[in-house]
Amino acid sequence: MANQTISPGPATAAAAPKSVRKKRVEPILFNTFNTLFMIGLVVVTLYPFLNTIVVSLNAGNDTIRGGIYLWPREFTWQNYKAVFASGTIYDAFWISVARTVLSTLLNLVLTTMLAYTLSRREYVFRKPITLIFILTMYFNAGLIPGYFLMKDLHLLNSFWVYVIPSMISAFNMIVIRTYIGTIPESLVESARIDGAGDFKIFIRIIFPLCKPVLATIALFVAVGAWNSWFDAFIYTSSRQELSTLQYELMKLLSSSMNANSNPAVAAGAGMTQDAAVNMVTPISIRAAVTVVASVPILLVYPFMQKYFVVGLNVGSVKE
Amino acid sequence: MEETFVKDSAVRKPKKNKKITWAVLKEQRQLIYMSVPLMAYIILFAYVPIWGWTMAFQDYKPARDFSEQKWVGFKHFEFLFKDDSFLQVLRNTLAMSVINMILGFTTAIILALLLNEIKKVFWKRTVQTISYLPHFLSWIIVTGIVATSLASDGIINDVLMKLHLIKEPIQWLSEGKYFWGIVGASHVWKEVGWNTIIYLAAMASIDPALYEAADMDGASRYRKMFHVTLPGIKPTIIILLIMQVGHILEAGFEVQYLLGNGLVVDWSQTIDIFVLKYGLAQGNYSLATAAGIFKTVVSVTLLLIANGVAKRLGEERLL
Repeated sequence: MANQTISPGPATAAAAPKSVRKKRVEPILFNTFNTLFMIGLVVVTLYPFLNTIVVSLNAGNDTIRGGIYLWPREFTWQNYKAVFASGTIYDAFWISVARTVLSTLLNLVLTTMLAYTLSRREYVFRKPITLIFILTMYFNAGLIPGYFLMKDLHLLNSFWVYVIPSMISAFNMIVIRTYIGTIPESLVESARIDGAGDFKIFIRIIFPLCKPVLATIALFVAVGAWNSWFDAFIYTSSRQELSTLQYELMKLLSSSMNANSNPAVAAGAGMTQDAAVNMVTPISIRAAVTVVASVPILLVYPFMQKYFVVGLNVGSVKE
Repeated sequence: MEETFVKDSAVRKPKKNKKITWAVLKEQRQLIYMSVPLMAYIILFAYVPIWGWTMAFQDYKPARDFSEQKWVGFKHFEFLFKDDSFLQVLRNTLAMSVINMILGFTTAIILALLLNEIKKVFWKRTVQTISYLPHFLSWIIVTGIVATSLASDGIINDVLMKLHLIKEPIQWLSEGKYFWGIVGASHVWKEVGWNTIIYLAAMASIDPALYEAADMDGASRYRKMFHVTLPGIKPTIIILLIMQVGHILEAGFEVQYLLGNGLVVDWSQTIDIFVLKYGLAQGNYSLATAAGIFKTVVSVTLLLIANGVAKRLGEERLL
């Protein structure tokens, strides 16, 4: 996660030696091996995921016969229809969207605001507040005390338990603060001469200039919020309407794992409400939910790549 | 994550050492409005729950007031260290942590070395983008994929049978002896691509003159990999390794919880699962809190030691 090096960018690595290479035979051998290795890596990484997509598009009762690899045998949208026809998963999807959007927005604004104040050298409380935040990266009161806190704050079985406890991360604050340190001080000073207060400087100057690092942080926070299930599991499990997509997926998985060991449970568990559509099976439903739960992120991250590689390095720039 | 602390505390001398006076407070009131509420927030969510640690020294009953609780000293800690199931959980945590660490480091370094040898930028970027994909999937999805792949009719058994390496499908997830390896392999599958980012950045900052000099001396590609690239990233490896030691009790929770089942509990349960089981499931809050405190105290101690060592090394090697 963290990084020590200041890099001029990964691209320069490739440019190093070219002159002497041609004379040798061994590069051919090496390159062949390396290419094969990378193809293997790509296959091992992508295959399970592609297979899940194919299963989600294949008729459930046909999938049970086995032999579905990279192409559906009996193509159907039925599994997706069943997923969205089931009210629980449809609701959970929107709860997940809402918590992800809210968490991301709040994290970006609050963490950047804090980072700005703690980047001001003249601020009298800079050191104590910085220390209070940094220490939170080292310890954690633990599951049980945390649970009682949520209970005392009346956050149990409330939507806000997804958002409020994780509005600021000390690590992200440091990454942003380091980035703010690279913004020329003269911009802040000239704004101050024009009569702008700190709040205005933050909103008008610092926040807009932080876009590259905020893109990284937004990705990390959004992925974390979208993928989390444990809070739904321990804090809101008695209110079905607050369930999240990942938690619903977890329930489907654990019911199918029980199904492996005990066929009697299998008949009762899973998607009973879809039993009418006999093309749909727990396996195909699970595949469809997996795709729904992962596609939003997978559509976004390749375009963020240039930001997060830079962002990870910014977090490590020494002062 | 932690070395930021090292740097932060190391050298950051404020320019002006202002005294706290009413005039200064008034001048900086906007900074105060922007940061003090956030400080109150983090104190509430990260520091206040530490009060809950008192539960570990009581026979805590939720129905009673704090003044009515019975204090029992270190009874629960003594019980933990005589309890075979806790010692087993501790063994599992350490074993999986060490396995994850060794596998994680070696695979990421090897992959980074091989990626660094790809000279076609487009191909390199494509492989990198694909290798990041599993990092963005939740553990729910990853364990779902792992369970599907390892099922008796899953792809792993399929391939092994077709290669005639085994005669009968192996019940991977039903036998304890495979569990640690499966957890390690799942971590590698999920994170190996992501973990190369930091090494590739370190490799990109190696002075190209070193490669040119090696070429002059007629060094082969392997020699350059072993005598230029690898020593070039050695400081990064050492620092990351030291940091990882601080996380030795963090073997993870999700993957063991999600992949574990009744047949492999003796190998799958970690400290976090122990806390969840005794605390929230069985209502033995005091014992669970004691186990949580043990974990936190050991982790913080190790982290501080690791930080100290890294700081010392950092000054010699990194600056």
